[in-house]
Amino acid sequence: MAGLAAAFGSGAMTNSIAELEFTDVILATGTNTTENHPVIATKIKRAVRQHGTKLVVIDPREIDLVKYADIWLRQKPGTDVAVFNGLINVIIAEGLYDKKYVAERTEGFDSLKAAVAKYTPEYVEKISTVPAEDLKKAARIYAKANRASIIYAMGLTQHISGTDNVKSTANLSMLCGNVGIEGGGVNPLRGQNNVQGACDMGGLPNVFPAYQQVANEDARKKFETLWNATLSGKPGLTIIEMMNAAGRGDIKAIYIMGENPLLSDPDLHHVKEELQKLDLLVVQDIFLTETAVLADVVLPSASFAEKDGTFSNTERRVQRIRKVVNAPGEAKPDWEIIAGISTKMGYPMNYSSAKEIFEEISKVTPSYAGISYDRIEKEGIQWPCPTAEHNGTKFLHKDKFTRGLGLFHAVEYIPPAEVTDKEYPLILSTGRVIYHYHTGTMTRRAQGPSERCPESLIEINPADAAKFVIIDGQMVKVTSRRGVVEAKACITEKSPQGTIFMNFHFAETAVNLLTNSALDPIGKIPEYKVCAVKLEAA
Amino acid sequence: METKVNVTIDGNEISANPSQTILQVATNNGIFIPTLCHYQNTTNVGACRVCLVEVENARSLVASCCMPINPGMVVRTDTKAVRDAQKMVIELLWSSGDHNCLTCEQNGQCELQNLVYWLKIEKPRFEIETPGFAIEDNNTMISRDLNKCILCGRCVRACNEIQVNEVLDFANRGSHSKVGPAFDDDYIHSNCVFCGECMQVCPTGAITCKMAKFAGRPWELTKTRTTCAYCGVGCQMDIFTNNGKIVKVSGNREYGTPNEGSLCVKGRFGMDFIQHPDRLTKPLIRRNKKDDLKEVSWDEAYSFIADKLSAIKKINGADSIAGLSSARCTNEENYLFQKFMRATIGTNNVDHCARL
Ligand code: SF4
Ligand code: SF4
Ligand code: SF4
Repeated sequence: MAGLAAAFGSGAMTNSIAELEFTDVILATGTNTTENHPVIATKIKRAVRQHGTKLVVIDPREIDLVKYADIWLRQKPGTDVAVFNGLINVIIAEGLYDKKYVAERTEGFDSLKAAVAKYTPEYVEKISTVPAEDLKKAARIYAKANRASIIYAMGLTQHISGTDNVKSTANLSMLCGNVGIEGGGVNPLRGQNNVQGACDMGGLPNVFPAYQQVANEDARKKFETLWNATLSGKPGLTIIEMMNAAGRGDIKAIYIMGENPLLSDPDLHHVKEELQKLDLLVVQDIFLTETAVLADVVLPSASFAEKDGTFSNTERRVQRIRKVVNAPGEAKPDWEIIAGISTKMGYPMNYSSAKEIFEEISKVTPSYAGISYDRIEKEGIQWPCPTAEHNGTKFLHKDKFTRGLGLFHAVEYIPPAEVTDKEYPLILSTGRVIYHYHTGTMTRRAQGPSERCPESLIEINPADAAKFVIIDGQMVKVTSRRGVVEAKACITEKSPQGTIFMNFHFAETAVNLLTNSALDPIGKIPEYKVCAVKLEAA
Repeated sequence: METKVNVTIDGNEISANPSQTILQVATNNGIFIPTLCHYQNTTNVGACRVCLVEVENARSLVASCCMPINPGMVVRTDTKAVRDAQKMVIELLWSSGDHNCLTCEQNGQCELQNLVYWLKIEKPRFEIETPGFAIEDNNTMISRDLNKCILCGRCVRACNEIQVNEVLDFANRGSHSKVGPAFDDDYIHSNCVFCGECMQVCPTGAITCKMAKFAGRPWELTKTRTTCAYCGVGCQMDIFTNNGKIVKVSGNREYGTPNEGSLCVKGRFGMDFIQHPDRLTKPLIRRNKKDDLKEVSWDEAYSFIADKLSAIKKINGADSIAGLSSARCTNEENYLFQKFMRATIGTNNVDHCARL
């Protein structure tokens, strides 16, 4: 979430889930909320149906939320920055922005203004196909609201311009004085259950817990003392850099806890080759996943229902999980396994419970300092929670941004890394469906959801189906410059003309065989949402 | 703040906000008024007429769920007229359905059954005539037996007003009114997304959890509160077990934020992976690249990994080792994992699939 961190000083969801139900305007972009965060979607739908909230949807797909929207901007995939610059252009041109807020709480407005000058509604229409009048309408709805919230998810970030896309949302929100107020903000909806917590805890190559930089000497000294160890100040590799380094032979061993990169990484063929080159691959998981099959050591871990601990949800709320049943066979909680290996390597970790680890976390993580198992027994607490008396923080950046002043970023539209051509005339976009989760390891072993969604479908617009002579339910072959997959066609208006959509839950139609591993240079997020493909009957 | 008004309920002087209903004021003050169709945070429809009370100077009994209080109102919840009317309503409901508690999954937590008992009804004075609907049993998640439906409309309001999925409605065909998706479709053939909200709010055994059928009586189950592991919403939920086996999952309104008792299909019906036979149960090692994975003890696995990692670190340096922590594991585990990579191994090569 580098985009938000750059603009505000913190990358987390600024506001709370509950606020969505009682705000004036919600702008949803790159989030298929009803499928990916269904319970958040209920609040958005209630807001619209029961509390008079206006909903603006910006999405190439005709997602379910469109049914509830006051206005829907259907941009060409990958043109988000142009659309946001267009909205900002209109708001500035019509003098609808919050001048006092911009003057007092932000910096960089002039460069933003200069950058968006050329993004007139007519120019944006040419790039994005969004009608100029609709763009103006949406801009006015957003700008005239007292409180307006922006929500987004992977549909915005999984682009080569992902970080710029996020900066654009931050620009728009600050321009209208929406950051730091209840019901406002810029709100990334986190996909996996504990992405927020994994980041907070320092599961990232450049930071210790609570985003303390490894390159910062004071931070490092502090952790060296706390952990009684010598620490490296050199930021590490991101997941895709790791895989590439493994391919070059620079990385010799990878220890994977509870991830299945073989199904979730772009450009799958490479990942498999790279993992096979390792001297040691250790995979710790609850099932023998596609990745675990390649491992030298497979360690059976306990599922979330078989252990105690905490997750931090997308609104920064730290909540308990509790042991419901015993783990099967000899499976153990992940923390016990890590401690076991570490102790064998001569760095003893003698924790007797998850609670004891949490006590250490609150000591070294300033934003978690006031949180304890006792305090979150009945209701989770939202960080930052600096002291045991503090009640947690519903929304961030009140009166002052984490970085001081909010920073506008002048961002330019750049076309996707891979554009369509004669040979590969269609855009492929990927995502999830409500019945499954991530790589399907869990949901595909759940009877109900699998019954409702037993196979991967390729969603194709009727016009494209006619062009490529494909009928509903027929098996089709999708080919990109990297690979081929086959699946059943589903002809639907949901997909815009020129774009097909697939989900990535199914190993047998592994859509990431097709996707492009071109990375956003800052966020290091692969471009899952746009790649060029061709389509034919199988 | 609204100025409070005074009312008397069953002889108790109570001061309350004038926008509240008699039912709300009574409930907030510990006075029980039975209800069936009422469901908090959905429209009050006054359909079931179980919540009747006597209001001084009113011409007839009034439905307390729909009646706002007035200054000086005098209310009685427990007169003979009230009880007779309630009995009549319950006996009619009883006799117009197939309420066979012997095999009903809702037995022990059925609100109709509870009211029959509470009103001390031995048997209905009317002949039992069941509508003869076919039981809807063609999906693995939710089963519906509309012969047990009392047409309270909670499911319809839950689907439309809580989840806003807009699937359910009343359909009127001849004498048989019924609830369900449009065009009389089954759930599985409709737009239903199997959030299960309707099942959670149904007061009787008309909508029940199919997986929980015959898996344990309500009083045999153990309930554990936890957080859903599927998405970033972090819904609070109860997992019910019987003798160490997971029986079902339910939302719980008492837990409040972030989901106020709602769940989605994954949280409610997606938990059978936990006790799936494919689960890994023993550490496995492949000593040579060509071998198969073989079961070993934990101690052997730990030693194997520790020796290999130490050797690689010695020869190629700590930065030739990398680790992936997990957005699916707990905070405690992510903390420990990065501590292991940084302090034990000595590298910052740690990331997870947040970007993916
Ligand atoms: S399961 Fe959910 S969507 Fe389906 S009918 Fe019930 S409330 Fe509506
Ligand atoms: S199915 Fe249940 S909730 Fe729905 S109307 Fe019938 S009794 Fe009420
Ligand atoms: S129940 Fe559904 S919405 Fe709630 S956390 Fe689980 S997956 Fe997310």
